This record gives sequence, structure tokens and C-alpha cells, in this order.
Amino acid sequence: MDRFSLAWGRWVTRYRAATIALSLLLALGVASGGQFLTFTNDYRVFFGSENVHLQAFEELQDIFSKNDNALIVLAPREGQVFTPETLAAIADVTERAWLTPFSIRVDSLTNFQHTTAIGDDLEVAPLVQDAESLTGSELSRIKAAALNEPALLRRLISPDARVTAINITVELPGVDEATENPRAAAAVRDIRDYIEATYPNMDVYLTGIVMMNQAFQEAAMSDTTQLIPAALAIILLMVFLQLRGLTGTLGTLIVIALSVIAAMGTAGWMGIRLTPPSMSAPTIILTLAVADCVHILSNWLQKIREGLGKQEAMAESIRINFSPVLLTSVTTAIGFLSLNFSDSPPFHDLGNISAVGVMFAWLFSTTLLPALVTLLPAKPRQGRSLITQMMTRLGDWVIKRRRILMPTVGLVIVGLVLVIPRNELNDVFVRYFDERIEFRPHTDFVVDNLTGMYFIDYALDSGESGGISNPAYLAQVERFSNWLAEQPEVMHVSTLTDVFKRVNRSMHSDDPDWYRLPQERDMAAQYLLLYEMSLPYGLDLNNQIDVEKQRTRLSATLETLSTTQTLAFEQRSYDWMRENTPALLTTAASPPIMFSHIGMRNIVSMLGGTAFALIAISLLMIAALRSWRFGLLTLIPNIAPAAMAFGLWALVDGEVGLGLSVVAAMTLGIVVDDTIHFMTKYLRARRDQGLDAAAAVRYSFATVGVALWTTTLALAAGFLVISTSAFSVNAEMGLLVAVVVVLALVVDFLLLPGLLIRFDRWLSGKHAANTGQDPISQTA
Amino acid sequence: MRPISVLFAFIALFLPQLSLADASNDRARGLEIATEADQRDSGWQYQSSDMEMILRNRAGKESRRKISSRQLEVEGDGDKTLSLFHEPRDVRGTAMLTFSHGLEPDDQWLYLPAIKRVKRISSRNRSGPFMGSEFAFEDLSSQELDKYDYRYLQDESCGAYQCYVIERIPLYENSGYTRQIVWLDQAEFRSIKIEYYDRKDELLKTLDFSDYQEYPGGYWRADRMEMTNHQTGKSTTLLWFNYDFETPLKSGDFNKNALKRLL
Repeated sequence: MDRFSLAWGRWVTRYRAATIALSLLLALGVASGGQFLTFTNDYRVFFGSENVHLQAFEELQDIFSKNDNALIVLAPREGQVFTPETLAAIADVTERAWLTPFSIRVDSLTNFQHTTAIGDDLEVAPLVQDAESLTGSELSRIKAAALNEPALLRRLISPDARVTAINITVELPGVDEATENPRAAAAVRDIRDYIEATYPNMDVYLTGIVMMNQAFQEAAMSDTTQLIPAALAIILLMVFLQLRGLTGTLGTLIVIALSVIAAMGTAGWMGIRLTPPSMSAPTIILTLAVADCVHILSNWLQKIREGLGKQEAMAESIRINFSPVLLTSVTTAIGFLSLNFSDSPPFHDLGNISAVGVMFAWLFSTTLLPALVTLLPAKPRQGRSLITQMMTRLGDWVIKRRRILMPTVGLVIVGLVLVIPRNELNDVFVRYFDERIEFRPHTDFVVDNLTGMYFIDYALDSGESGGISNPAYLAQVERFSNWLAEQPEVMHVSTLTDVFKRVNRSMHSDDPDWYRLPQERDMAAQYLLLYEMSLPYGLDLNNQIDVEKQRTRLSATLETLSTTQTLAFEQRSYDWMRENTPALLTTAASPPIMFSHIGMRNIVSMLGGTAFALIAISLLMIAALRSWRFGLLTLIPNIAPAAMAFGLWALVDGEVGLGLSVVAAMTLGIVVDDTIHFMTKYLRARRDQGLDAAAAVRYSFATVGVALWTTTLALAAGFLVISTSAFSVNAEMGLLVAVVVVLALVVDFLLLPGLLIRFDRWLSGKHAANTGQDPISQTA
Repeated sequence: MRPISVLFAFIALFLPQLSLADASNDRARGLEIATEADQRDSGWQYQSSDMEMILRNRAGKESRRKISSRQLEVEGDGDKTLSLFHEPRDVRGTAMLTFSHGLEPDDQWLYLPAIKRVKRISSRNRSGPFMGSEFAFEDLSSQELDKYDYRYLQDESCGAYQCYVIERIPLYENSGYTRQIVWLDQAEFRSIKIEYYDRKDELLKTLDFSDYQEYPGGYWRADRMEMTNHQTGKSTTLLWFNYDFETPLKSGDFNKNALKRLL
């Protein structure tokens, strides 16, 4: 390996023009795939196509109709919806809402199809007509009808009559996904602008699936335009302070830029669609790429200081660093590749793009970087002995205090591990966005004042064609609807039984005593036929009844719940149905159900991913350290940081969502780098120079202490930048990774030396790597 | 100025007027074609037929309805139609009477055998789906000439035929459409295809007519009509049987009382 890396170093420093040209050609060639990159704008990307809960929801939507929606919420400042002016505004907005691209239905207070008995006939008409000319008594009649109408209350009108909504149902064709949702969202925002201009005394809020999809895209774009430049600036500043030279900083900038664009280009060639999670890949890559450059450049400058020529010094630096940089890159890539165990495709993308980027960073930092910087002027400054001295002193202190440090750190680790179970699984997807993304404050207002964003749909099967008119079936649906409505989490229930009751009442002169289900099957069917024939375009019942009139869709709107609460509610509804209406028993389907399950599934599958990464990385460590005992010892500093971080998280926050479930596997490959650098130096001193354990520890601190310190700072800084993302999945992930990275350094500095000295006898007892007598290390 | 540019300038100068003239020409031509089609389908006085309706959702799941109907031609007004529902079972015996009018809303009554009562149907809503299908009332009711504003678009081959393509814009209130584009074959003026554009002027549905049969008196009827909703992926097929132009029907067969006596 030494010979190979020396030859590599000589080649790239001799044929510099060719190296630079080839690197650029490769980078730009791969980067050209970037032309295929598009931002996604569909929350469904978080679910694999084989995800059972997504399939259940798609199936339900195929039976009835899609219910992707945009909700325009109006809050008149005077605090009263039922005025001629406001009602006229609603009617106006309703008309405009029909022009939204891909809209198939618009529901509002004004176009609600109200049934009344006129003489012996059933009159079906919009609840509000000619709003401007309504008199006081007509207004109070309309208000009473609206507030007593289960289909409207807490869905389109708030109980205090201060807030109302216009619901636009859209059916995105899915032909040109990149433009469809943005077109619909833009049209809805145009309506908002129109309302604000035309009705200045009205506040407008926008929410719904269309706006949420748009928020995903906007969060991804804001990460791109804000986080990447910020991370780049911070990282370059740190590199500059570390290397104290423009040449190295420029070289680093070029390497990380090429690594990022090559990785994103690869993503383009792979057909990956960008999501908020995968948009943290560029920041991650540029953060990780720095470490390679720093290691190579610091040794290069050091060798120049020692008197070697620029090229010679570089060849030497490559010789020293080739193996550790390759090893750390491979382990980091393995950690990222383990994200493929995740149940959520955007995390596969994040892992794969980052892994590719890390390997590009390795390639460019061992080819382009040496070729480039040796062409530029380099005047290494003397000094930086202060921090090196501090590291040596730290080493001495750790060795001296190891009998106190080891149990202390050990206890802290055990204590933190014990509180890990206090973390609660929680994915509240409407809170994925922080206040900077418009969707969040608007949705919060709507949930606080009008209706929920969470809904759960049940496709209730009567078991026979036309069976929805069967009184026995209807009675069961009514019982289940009533039970749902009584649940504290439920804000609104949309059920066909309410339609039957309303029509039945109107067929009996609007007598409130007749607000009940028809008692005969053919009567129910014929009432329904009469009612359906009276409904205008776009306001039919096809979203609630299937073509065979065999199933109805029951939809419960819930307040915003945690994952556990959602799953508990789902289970409770199954239990109740099993107990009371076994014939109706069916699976619930909806985005909240999907997000709740994926959080849980993802944690389970990422345990597998973490195990995979741990085994693969540990085997690599055993091989690299040429000792299974040292390899096994490194398990402690490799596992402890993530474990401690989750313990800390339990104490500080305690809610684990989609983003955090991938942190353990992802960070494993990163924290292992510290251990690799520390251990290789330790073993070199122990084996090659024959130093004893304490002296070898001191040597490690002196040689890599500073590098570990600065790369940790850089990593923490990079991930802290991610923690400012407006997308909470990324923000939490970034914060926790930063914590893990810092804890990794703490463990490596404070615990690992003690362990190496304490177990020196066992570790070196049979290890005979130098003489090649250890059968296990030979096969490893 | 070279002669050729003079020509262009001349054309440019008169183009607006030309197209204006074209526009009124197209309207006249469109009305002419529609009138011819209307004429050719006039004078049959009465007819009856059976119809089967096959509804399909996006997943391809099917459901059937069966209806038989009788129609009476009314001079100077829309036709009168009496429809009797056979399937689904729950609405068997339900009957619907429609007096269609031109621009005025139709009159419509439904007889519900379960309560043995005739109920008037709110007349303004012609745009809703008929029995959960992709057909709206307004697609099925009689197509009076004065319901639309017509414009000739072009000649075009359509399947086996050579067609006139005309656009028609509903003039009656509460239509679900901004416009329709109709393909009529030039030989017999039969509807071959209709495209329906929704309120945002996007293609909503396409109706394809096929299996035309000629009946005594030179009246053509399609045995099969296929309506596809492009926005929801749902579709509805209408199959027509037993066309009868022979058995006489009279005005007295088409009133509210007749509804109850059908089954």
C-alpha cells in the first residue's frame, strides 16, 4: 500500500496538467447529469411505491375520487362571516376557485347544496344566493342552517361564525409532475392576492395538500439557496484559519465544489428527484470533503516546513494519508449507504448522493488537490505550536487522570443510554416546516380556528352492489360515525348518513323529527337518486359513493396529533369496529396514517441499517488495524457517541421523528474517522516505534490531536448550519449529528486513551500483527 | 418598397377586417351545419328505446344501470321524455318525466315507487351527473338548436368519416361547460365525437359515438356512446337497444299521472 500510494502521489504531482484536466473532465462530465434534476412537490415521495399504507390510500382514492385539496380560509376582520358583504365575497371567491388548474370540485358556504321542502317537493339549492341583497332574517336563517349542518360545521365554518373556508379539490394528472402542483398552488396564491386587493378587510390563509406539497418544494429550495452558501462560507473560513494560506483554501474550495456538483450530477443521471432530505446532501458533502483536504494539506505544509520541495512534500503527504483518507471515506460512505435500509425513499437518495459525494471528495483530494496546489505559490507560516502544545498537555492530563476519567465518562454514557427509551416517536408532518415557510403559520391558524389538517378515511363496504341503501348497513355506518364524532380528537365527520338524514327530513316537510335514516332500502335508494339528480356539476356525491353504490367513504378530520396518538386512534377505531360493527371493519387510510406508520417502520428498518453499518465498519476496522481485539475495542468509541446523543435528546427534546431515525447509522461512518486517525497513530507508535501504551497515547495526541479538533469543529459547524433548515426533519438531523460529532471527539479524547492503557495487556497480549502469527487478524 | 412587401403591408392592413368577416362567416356556417343536423333529425314524432349504462371507475370497476325510454317530438319546443329505471334493483320502477325547453330550464319530475309519489326535481341543476355516471343531464337531454351559439371551425377526417368541426357555446344558464366541440360527419350530419370543456376551459370529457344504425325515415342512432372523463379517469358507456319508431305515442302518455302507470 505504501508503494502504491507513493507512486500515486508522484504521478499526480508530476503530470499535473493531465491530472487537473482529467479531474475536471470527469467532474464536469458527471455534473452534466444535473440538467435532469427537479424538485419534488408531492408528499407521497416519502413513501416507497410498495408502502402498504400508501397503496391503501391510493386504492381508496381510485374507488371514490382524489382528495388532494387547497383550502382558502377567510377571516373577516369584523369577526362575522354572515354579512351580505362577506357572503358575496365568498361567492365571488368560489367562482374564481373553479378556475384553479386541475380543480374538479369547489365547496364553500355559498355553494353548499341545501335541501328544503317546498310544498311536497324537494328543493336543492345553493345555501346562499344573491348575497348582496340578503335581509337580516334571511341572514339569520342561513347562519342557523350553516351552523346546524354537520357537513359544514368545523369544516367550512367555525362554530363562532368568525372564520370560513373554500375547499378546492384538485386531481393532478401526474403527467408533468414538476409543473402541476406549482401551477395549482400559484393559481391559489393569485386568488389570495385578488382577495387581499378586493376585500382588504379580510385575512386570508392558505393550507391543504397542494400548499403542503408546495411547502416541500420551497423548503428544499430554501435549503439550497440559504444553507449551502452559508455552510460553504463557514467551512472555508475554518479551513483558512487552519491552513493560514490562500492556496490551500482555494484548492479545498475547488475540491468540495467539484465533489458536490459531481454528486448532484450523479443524482441527476440516477433520476433522483430532489426532496428536502436529499437537499441536505450538498451541505453534508462539502462538510465531509473538507476533512480529506485538511489532512492532506496540513501534512504537505508540515513537510515543506521541514524543508522538502512542494512536489516532494506532496508525494510524501499522499503516502502518509492515502490509506487513512481512503479508509475514512469508505467507512463514511458505508454509513450513508446504510440509509438504503430506510422505509422512506428520500433518505435513500440522501444516503446515496452523500456516499457518492464522499467518494468523489476522496478522489479529487488525492488527485486534483495535490496537482493544483503544487502549481500555486505556497508559503507555510511557522507557528501553531500553541494548539499543538495544548493537545500534548491534554494528552498528559488524560493519562494522569484516567482512573477518574474512565469511570466518569463510562457512567455518563451508561446514564445517557438508560434514558434513551424516554424518547417518544413523533412525526407531526404539518410541523415539518418552521414559521419561515408560509404553510406553517397559515396551517396553525386554520387548525386553531376552523378545522384540522389531519384526516382519516374509511371505505365502508356494504358487501353488495347497491348496499349503501340497506338500512342495516346505514345504521352501522351511523353508529360508527357517531362514535367517531364523540372522540375528543375528532373535529369533523363527513358521512353519507348525514345526507340521507337531511334528505329524509326535507322529504317530510323539513320536520326535525324526520332527521333520521330512511327505514326501507328502496326508499333510501330512491331518495338518494332524487337528491343526486338535483346536484349540479362538481358537487355530486361521487367522492363519497363508489360506482356500484356498494361503499361509502367516511372521513374524520382530527386535530393535529402525535404519531403515537394517531396510531392509538387508528387502533381504537379498529377495536371499536371489531366490537360493534364487525361487518364494516376496514383499514383506515390517509396521509397522517401513512406518516405515522412510516416513522415507526423507519426506526425498525434503520435499526437494521445501523447494524449493517456497524458490522461492515467494524470488519473494516479489524482489517485496517490488523487486530480483532483493537477492532472490537473501537466499538465503544464508535457506538457511544450516537447512544449518548439520543440520551441527551431524550432529556432535552424527547421526540424522535423521521429525520432522527437515520442519524445513528449515518453518523457511525463519520465518528469512526476520529477513531481511525487516533488508532492508526497509536498503533504506529506502539508497534513501529515500540513505545508503551501511555507514550503511544501521548504521540497520538501530539500528531492527530489538532487535526481531529479542527475537523470536528468543521463538521459540527457544517451540521449546525443544516440545523437552521426551515425543514424540521433536516434541522433536527443536523443538530443531532453535530452533537454526535462533538461527543465522538469527547469519547476519543477522554475515554479511549484510558481504555487503551487499561486493557493494554489484553490488547497486545496475543496481537502479533507485526510477526503475522495471529490467525484471526490474518483472515480478517 | 418592393412589390412583395407592399402585398404584405396590404394584407396586414386588412387582416383584422378579414378575420372579423371570417368570424361572422364562421358563425353563420356553424349555425348552418347545426341547423342541417337538426333538420335531418326532425319529424320522427315519437320513438322508444332501451338503454344500458356501464359505469367504470379509475380502477376499472364496473357497475350497470338499465333504463327504457320514450320520446315525443314537440313542434316549436323541446321534446318530452319518459324514462323508466329497471336497474339497479333498488330504483326499479322509478320513472322520470322531462319536458325539455330551449333556453328555459327544463321541467322534470321523478316518480318514486317506494313512496308512490311524484316529486319535482330542482330545475336549475342540469349540469350534475346522471345516476352517478359521467353523463350530465345536459349531455343527454334533447339538443335544441337555440341552446347554443355555434361557430364553424374546420373540416377534418374523423375515423372513417369526413367531418365538420363546430364549436358550440351553451346559452342556457347553469351549464357545467364553457364550450363543446362537435364533430359531425359530412354525409349524414351525425354526431361522431363531442369534447366538453369545463369552467376553466380545460378538456373535461370526450363523448364518442359508434355503431350507427339507420331507422325508417332516414333517422340515424348510435348504438354505443362512450363518455370518458379525462380529469378523473372514470368513464361511462351507453348501449342502446330496441329502437322503435313505429309504435305510436301520444301527448297523453307524457304527464305526471302517466309516471305512476309505467310499471
